[in-house]
Amino acid sequence: MSTVAPPADWRRLDPRTVLVTALVVAGVVAGAAVPLTLGLTRWFSLPVAVLQVLAGAVLVIGVAAGADRVRWHRTRYRIGQEHVDLHTGLLLVKRRSLARDRVRTVDLTANPMLRLLGLVTVRIGTGEQGSESTLELDPVTRAEGERLRRLLLDRAATTPAGGVHHEGELAVLDPRWIRYAPVSFVAPMLGGAAAGAVMQVSEWVGAQGQVIEWVGDRFRETPLLWTIIALVLAALVAGVVGALGLWIEMWWNYRLEREPGGTLRVRRGLFTSRSISVEEARLRGVDLVEPLGVRLLGAARLDAITTGLAKDHEARNADHNTLLPAAPRTRADTVAADVLREADTPTGATLTPHPRAARGRRLRWSLAAVLGPVLILTLLGALLTPVLLWIALGCAVAAVPVAVMLALDAYRALGHALSGRYLVTRSGTLRRSTAALERAGVIGWTVKQSVFQRRAGLLSVTATTAAGGGAYTAYDTDASEGLTFAAEAVPGLLEPFLERSPRGA
Amino acid sequence: MPQGEGETVRLRPPRNTLNERAVGWWRAQWLLMTAVPVVPLAVLGALIEPARFWLLLPAAVLAAAGTATAVLFPLWWFRTHRWEVTEDAVYVLTGFFWQEWRIAPMSRIQTVDTVRGPLEQLFRLATVTVTTASAKGAVRIEGLDHEVAADLAERLTRITRDTPGDAT
Repeated sequence: MSTVAPPADWRRLDPRTVLVTALVVAGVVAGAAVPLTLGLTRWFSLPVAVLQVLAGAVLVIGVAAGADRVRWHRTRYRIGQEHVDLHTGLLLVKRRSLARDRVRTVDLTANPMLRLLGLVTVRIGTGEQGSESTLELDPVTRAEGERLRRLLLDRAATTPAGGVHHEGELAVLDPRWIRYAPVSFVAPMLGGAAAGAVMQVSEWVGAQGQVIEWVGDRFRETPLLWTIIALVLAALVAGVVGALGLWIEMWWNYRLEREPGGTLRVRRGLFTSRSISVEEARLRGVDLVEPLGVRLLGAARLDAITTGLAKDHEARNADHNTLLPAAPRTRADTVAADVLREADTPTGATLTPHPRAARGRRLRWSLAAVLGPVLILTLLGALLTPVLLWIALGCAVAAVPVAVMLALDAYRALGHALSGRYLVTRSGTLRRSTAALERAGVIGWTVKQSVFQRRAGLLSVTATTAAGGGAYTAYDTDASEGLTFAAEAVPGLLEPFLERSPRGA
Repeated sequence: MPQGEGETVRLRPPRNTLNERAVGWWRAQWLLMTAVPVVPLAVLGALIEPARFWLLLPAAVLAAAGTATAVLFPLWWFRTHRWEVTEDAVYVLTGFFWQEWRIAPMSRIQTVDTVRGPLEQLFRLATVTVTTASAKGAVRIEGLDHEVAADLAERLTRITRDTPGDAT
């Protein structure tokens, strides 16, 4: 490659990327340097060890910065009339080109380091699977990131017409929503992770035995049951604190806006700021998600059902399609209505309940799941030792009511309806999901019926779609009613394959 | 609403059955699958004198079960697998214990693939797979006569090419 400056329409990344890389590597090196220096003092005097480590650190940082300098030098991008081009590569030059009319998302991310310098990482995606469909510009200035976002997503022609129209801000963070953070499933997981991390780190430094001994000492006088309760409580507290921290990092400065040109934009993040844009022409509906704990507090989260959101690994971890964090249900409904440009949200529509037979199925499933292990315990108890019989009894007494309650709740969750331009399906108990899918977005039907469902006069109707999870199902509907629902949802598609006969014939 | 009108609504079976040779193709598949454990067991049984009974017994049981399945079940599968292509949609029914009807509208079809595995070639059969933009909406028709499959694929490709839109 020549060293002459690129033609005017080609642009370069921000040169401060070299500084960022150097600082990041310096941070990593600093972390490794302390134990290394301590290790080296076994063979060398302290000043010598420090000098050696310093020399090594300078070398590593220099190489990393140099490599990044070369990458910067060889990277250039161009927003043409038809295409977005990116030339990059350290050793081999990769030339990649995306058609501009296929660009679906332009997401801006900035970690604390980049934010300090006023830089952002831009990811331009077509929403297809695989990393080949995403161009990453790492980093450019924030102003340039905003310019790219506007330039690539502003297509006046795609603005959906009609409906209730709210431009500008649709929702901002209410700090009180943080009360929903500890009841999410994240909290117990983080608690477990904290306990695991203590064990792991202590094992690395060879002190795991001491840690266990120390904990044992604290509880020498207390009975075993209290010890377990105290430890579980400690893990839970750690989990709650972790969940609160995670929530603040994820959702601070949250703001949902509608921009001219028909784009929804979510901005959020305390340390790492993220900006995620969803083109409204790609929006096929919303999914109102109520995890059990959040639902008990009367709150719900709102996800977008949209085609062409980045589906790669990184995006999946980052709650990419969440439009609204867990917020009071009425607030979530309002935001859903605003997002869909409807007067009333379809997720709040009155749903057709499913037949009683569906309740029986759920009760049988959950009781089988509980009583299976109990039965095995009983069998082993009868053969081996009566202690197991008591354990089996305890398990049954504790778990059966929970199983029955969950089954009844799962049955209550079932429902489906047509509401204006949308079809709505609801199901789930630990994670209740009310999905409102645009009827025009349905690209096929799958109807399933097991032998048991056939005997009970039930079936499951699945609408397949290019957006979101790919399929939304109304489980265990009445056989006739479910098919009529599907036939009415998308006129003409299912009708030719239906047979109608008088009831009882 | 059907309840109000006192009607029951059912999905009618698709009009076409698969090619009769599909029965033979399924039988061949099952016999091959049965042969995978049976042949080594039988060979070992023939070679290893002391363990002969304990090797030949499972071999015989597996062979009997596999052969019975291969003889009887394909006849039944033949009746439960049906397909139909209208001007507007592809419609397929599979399964008996877990019946599954799949409907993909012509206007949303993205790709049409015809696959002929080695066994299928032997029976002059082919599998047509129709995919839509949904990750979960693919429709497969297995065991078609290969000429029917080729005509079908060509027809589907022509219709979908003439249909505007990006099928999402």
